[in-house]
Amino acid sequence: MIALSATEAPAAKPQRPAATNTCRVCAPLGAVLAFRGIRGCVPLVHGSQGCATYIRRYLISHFREPMDVASTSFSESTTVFGGKSNLTEAIANLASQYRPEVIGVCTTCLAETIGEDTPGMLRDIARDASAPKTLFVATPSFKGCQHRGFHDTVAAVLAQTAQGGDRLRQINLLAGPVSPADLRHLREVVDQLGLPTILFPDYSDTLDGPSLAEYTPIPAGGVGLEQLARAGRSACTIQLGAVLDPGPGQVLLDRCQVPLKRLGLPIGIGATDAVFDALAEEAGTPLPDRLLAERGRLIDAYVDGHKYFAQKRVAVVGDPDLAAALCGFCAEIGLAPALVATGAATGGRLSAALTGLGIKGAEVLDDTDHDLIAGRLAALKPDLILGPSKSYPSARALGIPLVRVGFPIHDRIGAGRVLHLGYRGTQRLFDEIANTLLAHNQDTSEIGYAYQ
Amino acid sequence: MSLAPDSMLGARLPQVAVVGDGTVVACDRPSVAGSVTQRACTFCGSRVVLYPIGDALHLVHGPVGCAAYTWDIRGALSSGPSLHRLSFNTDIRENEVIFGGEKKLLRALRELITQHQPKAAFVYATCLTGVIGDDVEAVCRTATAEFGIPVIPVQSEGFRGTKKQGYSAACAALAQLIGTGDTTGIGKVSVNILGDFNIAGEIWTIKSYLERMGVEVVATMTGDGRVDAIRRSHGATLNVVQCAGSMTALAKMMQEKYGIPYIQVSFFGLEDCADALYQIARHFADPALLARTRQVVREETAAVLPELARLRTDLNGKVAALYVGGAFKAFSLVKALRQLGMRVAMAGTQTGAQQDYEHLKGLCDAGTILADDTNPLELAGWLASCDVDLFIGGVKERPVAYKLGIGFCDHNHERKIGLAGFAGMAAFAREVHATVMSPVWKLVPRRARHAARAELPVAPVAIEVAP
Repeated sequence: MIALSATEAPAAKPQRPAATNTCRVCAPLGAVLAFRGIRGCVPLVHGSQGCATYIRRYLISHFREPMDVASTSFSESTTVFGGKSNLTEAIANLASQYRPEVIGVCTTCLAETIGEDTPGMLRDIARDASAPKTLFVATPSFKGCQHRGFHDTVAAVLAQTAQGGDRLRQINLLAGPVSPADLRHLREVVDQLGLPTILFPDYSDTLDGPSLAEYTPIPAGGVGLEQLARAGRSACTIQLGAVLDPGPGQVLLDRCQVPLKRLGLPIGIGATDAVFDALAEEAGTPLPDRLLAERGRLIDAYVDGHKYFAQKRVAVVGDPDLAAALCGFCAEIGLAPALVATGAATGGRLSAALTGLGIKGAEVLDDTDHDLIAGRLAALKPDLILGPSKSYPSARALGIPLVRVGFPIHDRIGAGRVLHLGYRGTQRLFDEIANTLLAHNQDTSEIGYAYQ
Repeated sequence: MSLAPDSMLGARLPQVAVVGDGTVVACDRPSVAGSVTQRACTFCGSRVVLYPIGDALHLVHGPVGCAAYTWDIRGALSSGPSLHRLSFNTDIRENEVIFGGEKKLLRALRELITQHQPKAAFVYATCLTGVIGDDVEAVCRTATAEFGIPVIPVQSEGFRGTKKQGYSAACAALAQLIGTGDTTGIGKVSVNILGDFNIAGEIWTIKSYLERMGVEVVATMTGDGRVDAIRRSHGATLNVVQCAGSMTALAKMMQEKYGIPYIQVSFFGLEDCADALYQIARHFADPALLARTRQVVREETAAVLPELARLRTDLNGKVAALYVGGAFKAFSLVKALRQLGMRVAMAGTQTGAQQDYEHLKGLCDAGTILADDTNPLELAGWLASCDVDLFIGGVKERPVAYKLGIGFCDHNHERKIGLAGFAGMAAFAREVHATVMSPVWKLVPRRARHAARAELPVAPVAIEVAP
């Protein structure tokens, strides 16, 4: 809980012994989310069954989709004697119930602390030729939150699947923990460019699927293992997330010499130009007219709405990559970031990313909790909060409007359909932010004009 | 109707039975590894029971996830202090995993007790602090001596078992408070309510009935709970246990130690709620009290019966499935649904005991599927094969129903609608009606598959036919 600033560093507070209203969840949740972006994959959490159950409930409340996550269900004796038999049994049981293409195994605090050699156990299990394939990632929560768990899983999966070889006309696109709608939009863009792309992970269908006549144990969609195997032969990896350093794309650079382009999430004109231009360059074609038209309409909307943002200050709360990208967008429209807060411990990288985006004067809370954020919100009194639904109690208490973005959104429906990325996502955000500020003025004014 | 969905694990078969065919439900066993159990862990069990004590500090000693996942997700209301709605956590990191978390725990207690001035503090052990060997009890003793308030360790390490073990740990923690307060002024006709969690103010509804009956309520331990009331709860003359699975252990302890008898009741549904109030009245063997109770039941029932009758005309013959935590809620739901004209085709619980399932069999129609500790695949199989109109469960069960285009009602602690008491039955009926009678079900593929086309109201198309 160190307070840092992009420009003026206030005196670092001593680390508090307790977190109040935590702003992050645990690493295995990030792993589960990433595993859900692999075709035919069932996540298996190696530890107490509460871990899997809590993660399921938290994700279900956000995505409102089936979220089957298995557990090795540790007991007291497992904790003393080790979890190998539970792991073996769980994999066999999952295989017979779900018939998965692959089982994504992640660990918990418990498994990591008792010193389980989980990779060794998985190697032993794999000696049986009939055993299903497994992927493994170590995700002890005492080392990091869901953000790290997600990216560590992406890196671990690529390390276990990607093979080198002759270059193919394709790229890898690592988009980070964005929404299913964001993933669908990115897919649409690369399709329009005619650019073969391994988008990983891709839970756009698995976590935002249609109504079904029959329950499918594993929802359709996701990246296939055979595609992941080819990720080592891509022309380049485009990795989104300004705070990642170096990020999971480094694995493909180190192992398969796939060049890595690190860009911020495409929110706002500048950031979207950078990402879409990079994609167009790889495709060897100019951006299609349809995207340019979206870009043109967005700038036109910026002009229509610019006065509503003048002299306004915003607080941004969320995953560090999303927070940085949102700040870049806000600065672009004249909405000044006053407070940028993340629960992730970025070791100063969020501040550095904001400096890189030219954000000045914003107070940065890194590795923080909602109690500390609430205190700074009360002091700074921003005009607007961009954040998850966990920011709602503060927003309500202070009478500040909240535009819900990122994760988790537990008090509205359609979290999976929230589009943040591209010109189109920015357009949606822009309209919602402008209309939220307009509505706030209208609702709190004495007269309440219907003509604004 | 298929008893076992295709993918059902062989090891799970004994935990399923059909009413009327003589089979028994095996239960009280650990979840099968790799089964996507809907159960949670010991920590969860302790956390849910103690959570509604509003003037206590609830400090989760462990990694951030255990605290984050339990922050303000339950609808347990407080009439006063609401410390329970905040999430406090020692946020254990690598450093403490190596060097131990006791010092951080003590610093956290000092900071939080000073800041929030609670009447007591509960310190929840988690898997992590259990295996790194922190002496939580010793730290709690130190804090108790330092601040003069009870600082109580809860032995809730997740790996100890399911929620059931967590309930026991919570009861043990409560037992440390009980008997430490002054019982002066508590009358002879007095009760404690155990195992009602005041979801959406339910305990206030129940208390209003008891007040009209002339029964004093000393402590509502687990719903709108207060430390001082719990400390003097041994002065009550009867314990009324609603959530039998979680709180019977504490009632038994109080019977042994303080000679307070207990009754197990449920306040859900007209039948069970009336029965609960009569059981309380009969315990005190006072004809005037019994007469007042009759009056309460008569008035409250009369107030809701017309609406129930109206809703029943639409719901008659509809089919439901339910999967809930404890068995007493399942009993009440079967009866409440029957009152609405609905049949239960499948019923299950996370933590039911053998005698609970036997009792459930007596309540359900022949052919009803009973299941212990089931999972999404099994549930999806039964929802489809029983062709139900409604599924009742908690948030984790909701997407199974919704994905198949089946109505769903939340009867868990995350809900924000009061369903207990007589008025609660009307709210339940409205909730069921709003769900089952929605026009959206006509569009879902499951229904559209049965009919050649969905029976939708469409505007007539004018076709001109040439003469």
